[in-house]
Amino acid sequence: MPELVITVARFGFLILLWIFVFTVVGVIRRDLFAGARSGRLVAAPRTLGAVAGQAAKPAKVKRGRAAHQLVVTAGQLAGTRITLGEAQITIGRAEDSTLVITDDYASARHARLVPRDGQWFVEDLGSTNGTYLDRAKVTGPTPVPLGVPIRIGRTSLELRP
Amino acid sequence: MTAAATPAASPATTGEQPGVRLARSRRNAELSLLLLAMVLVAAYGATVEATMLDTVTPDFWIPAAALSAVFLGLHLVIRFLAPFADPALLPAVALLNGLGVGFLRRLDLDEATPAAREGLAVFAGTGGRQLAWTLVSVILAAGLLVLMRDHRSVSRYAYTLGLAGIVLVMIPAVLPGRFSEINGAKLWIKFGDTFSIQPGEFAKLALLVFFAYYLVRKREVLSLASRRFLGIDFPRGRDLGPVVVVWLISLLVLVFEKDLGTSLLYFGMFVVTLYIATERVSWLIIGLVLFFGGAYLAYVLGDLVGGPFANFYLRAEIWLDPFADPHNDGYQLVQGLLALGTGGLFGAGPGGGQPGLLPEVQNDFIFAGLGEEIGLFGLSALLVIYLLIVERGLRAALAVRDSFGKLVAGGLAFTLGLQVFVIVGGISKLIPLTGQTTPFLSAGGSSLMANWLLIAVLLRVSDGAHRPVTGGGGPARGSGGPPEQLHGAPTEVIRP
Repeated sequence: MPELVITVARFGFLILLWIFVFTVVGVIRRDLFAGARSGRLVAAPRTLGAVAGQAAKPAKVKRGRAAHQLVVTAGQLAGTRITLGEAQITIGRAEDSTLVITDDYASARHARLVPRDGQWFVEDLGSTNGTYLDRAKVTGPTPVPLGVPIRIGRTSLELRP
Repeated sequence: MTAAATPAASPATTGEQPGVRLARSRRNAELSLLLLAMVLVAAYGATVEATMLDTVTPDFWIPAAALSAVFLGLHLVIRFLAPFADPALLPAVALLNGLGVGFLRRLDLDEATPAAREGLAVFAGTGGRQLAWTLVSVILAAGLLVLMRDHRSVSRYAYTLGLAGIVLVMIPAVLPGRFSEINGAKLWIKFGDTFSIQPGEFAKLALLVFFAYYLVRKREVLSLASRRFLGIDFPRGRDLGPVVVVWLISLLVLVFEKDLGTSLLYFGMFVVTLYIATERVSWLIIGLVLFFGGAYLAYVLGDLVGGPFANFYLRAEIWLDPFADPHNDGYQLVQGLLALGTGGLFGAGPGGGQPGLLPEVQNDFIFAGLGEEIGLFGLSALLVIYLLIVERGLRAALAVRDSFGKLVAGGLAFTLGLQVFVIVGGISKLIPLTGQTTPFLSAGGSSLMANWLLIAVLLRVSDGAHRPVTGGGGPARGSGGPPEQLHGAPTEVIRP
């Protein structure tokens, strides 16, 4: 066998080995970030800025209609909905939460939704990765307009009438 | 080839339509990665033959094809019985296993007479036996996937498995040396001269399931009742009981089976599951202190009184200065280091090294033997593959919902990583060398079988983790079933 062929085979093998490694990493990477992207593709009102709808006026938010359901729109629980009552809704990985979400980026007790005078407020409970109302990070109790996604890790929730 | 790895459907569409499968199953990605891995194994075989025989025999592809067939079989089992399992695990493990078989076959070629080389049968020699063991192990792993439809069902047998694990650990220790001793370590059960099994490899799995079950039940008391000291929460004295018992068992293993690696493995496994269960750093600190204290004590005792500790003392001495006696005691380690050094960055090429000079190159020193031929460049790829396997296991542990699954997956993934660390660290003289097998690479049926079973458990747990939530954890029901009851809240699935 000519020397050249063997040399090519030698280095070709090593390069192929690394190609394999990077392909595996590529597959895993898609796995990791696929969920996070999906939430954003579902168009949401983008006028909501850092104030997170305090002065809520966006077109999609219909004022005067009370929220009756909490719907999971993205993530593993997508399609689940909870009928809202008077009680607060706790969200997290802990098994005693109202909504138990399995999400790598969710904390055990991640956030809660509290009703006050017909308006629902979302409150982060000191989670590691934060809770987002549309694109803005939730720092204190924040009113949640209808149809605006609350993001927890890869999971998205919305209030619906 | 890589282009085929595109997922079947993008999550943006599936996430919004509860009627369709919610999570992607990614089996096509797994299949294409697996084919790439098998191409690599075949390429390795061809390169070895081109280098050693100066020609590529017409049936160089047969071992790779046999491996491909059985891995594809496992892939099909996963496709139907664990459709949401992690796509990276099987190809990564298949590649390591295939390269191991290829390297062992290369050793057979080395030993065979020039005339016999070209006609080396597929199942002949160490490589052939490893190939046969691989087939058996993969079939066992598939069988485990078939039998165990939900990882939680294993917890029912936790105490039985725990007892079986301890018995398996103890058998070689109590057997007389001639039935259980190979190269100074009493880790084996020998049946005649040709066949021996290493029960400790299986005990590892059984014990871990038991640990996980025990800790799920005890985690509250272990993590809540504690005293604060130096800024770290230390557990109460009486809660230390079980960890001390396991520490004693692992020390007994060290003393009676004369194997530091195995005892480190058991102990590390327990401490880390304890840490995962309680999230208390103090357990890690206690574990490390206990282990290093124990190892140092064994070293001192070995120096002073010898007896059962002499073997460990000798190994530690070799580790401290392998070149003190390079032709006798330190021979193996010195040859290993020389092989790694000869390999350099890119190695001598598959088939181009001289693994015949390395004692035990088919077992403990396979990493050094491979290193001589594929160099640092190739070895680091192998290490990254191990890292990826461990990472996928830990990822499955993070994603799975139940505590038992978390502990089992986390513990198994960590154990695999620790085993790689112990043997690779030993070969590269980072820690004292102990006779651990390199998972999936080394020759040896017990190790291969146990590690494939481990992978089967990880696959099952990751399937449970990524499966879209329906009622209980029954076998793939897709999204047809009713959604899980959320804390008494009335729930329903919205249909398009």
